[in-house]
Amino acid sequence: MAEKPTQNIHEYLAEFEDIPGTRVYTAVRARKGYWINQFAMSMMQPENRERFKADQRAYLDEWDISEEAKQALLRRDYNALLDMGGNVYFLSKLFSADGIPFAEACSTMTDMTWPEYRQMMLDGGRSPEGNRSIRENLAAAAAAAQNKA
Amino acid sequence: MAKITAGVGSSHVPLLGVAVDQGKDRDDYFGPIFAGYDWTREWEKNEKPDVVVLVYNDHASYFDMNIVPTFAIGCAERFGICDEGWGPRPVPDVEGHPDLAWHIAQSLILDDFDMTIINKMDVDHGLTVPLSMMFDKPAKWPCKVIPLAVNVVTYPVPSGNRCWALGEAIKKAVESFPEDLNVQIWGTGGMSHQLQGPRAGLLNREWDNRFLDMLESDNDDVRHIQHIEYLRETGSEGIEMVMWLIMRGALGKTVKTLHRHYHIPCSNTAIGHIVLEPAD
Repeated sequence: MAEKPTQNIHEYLAEFEDIPGTRVYTAVRARKGYWINQFAMSMMQPENRERFKADQRAYLDEWDISEEAKQALLRRDYNALLDMGGNVYFLSKLFSADGIPFAEACSTMTDMTWPEYRQMMLDGGRSPEGNRSIRENLAAAAAAAQNKA
Repeated sequence: MAKITAGVGSSHVPLLGVAVDQGKDRDDYFGPIFAGYDWTREWEKNEKPDVVVLVYNDHASYFDMNIVPTFAIGCAERFGICDEGWGPRPVPDVEGHPDLAWHIAQSLILDDFDMTIINKMDVDHGLTVPLSMMFDKPAKWPCKVIPLAVNVVTYPVPSGNRCWALGEAIKKAVESFPEDLNVQIWGTGGMSHQLQGPRAGLLNREWDNRFLDMLESDNDDVRHIQHIEYLRETGSEGIEMVMWLIMRGALGKTVKTLHRHYHIPCSNTAIGHIVLEPAD
């Protein structure tokens, strides 16, 4: 087997926080969002979907979810839910329950409208340029500001 | 003796399953995607694999957060189709090959891969979409399938290096199975896509094609790409491409490319497809 240098877990995880507009689903997030995600999974059963649709708040109150997360779920604020440990594959069960296409739900997490997002995808998607690293973006902005001065 | 005769890489976007199920696969949007699979469908008719080891990931469909196996092998006689929130796809159940699956599982464990063995499981679009792409809409799938589910959702996911090594161990396991079987291995998922956060919609045509080039190569540099590179360059869900390395690792040092296809976009995702033959 090929040699592989051992990787420091702290450095490995720290790097993930340097990616712009992205919440990598780490163990910390998975633990924090456990019940948000298990709630979302429950949307796969038709009888649960019906009960949820009949009274969303009452259904959410059956789960061990914080008030903040319940509010985010009620207003379908997916970025807030990602911050609270939600994962998109779990949350997508809620997109389905709402009858919203996956891509449309994705667009709500961006600064674009659904038609704008759809057009961006048809035009080749979001470029990785300027979207790789928060650190690099800050350094580039600082350099640009210095040049201007 | 059983033998791995080919490796197939393919995206497994759920919308492709919807297109097949609703007969939209030749419309203006989906037509160019499916045209890239026509070659493979003809080729598969001649190849007639007995078994496909199908590497995929479950998308919070059968597995929830209660159990997160890194590598799980399906040893059941039969696998049902998941209801992913809008009813199960109208596709046939998937027939397993318990004799070969158990043989592979035992061989992998002796080779230091601590596999999770699954005797009851439903499979989601990650597995059924590649079957539809390669075989269209048969009344019954034309081969048996050994599902190999990989955790690519909860971090840390397995490294590319580990995936490649697992592929090597699968090759060894298959080749020590006494029955004459024509076995293919498929690696699915990807290519670049991000389904979450303000950066959603990221695609990277150049990186994806470099990855395909690396799969065709007779060196194994591709196994050493780190998770952070997949995440930065191909979006948070592009990490699924490590599953293609299990397929590539099972083909030996040198491969011949039989077919290759790339298309942007399908929903949020870049579609990639490759057919490789061992050439050692």
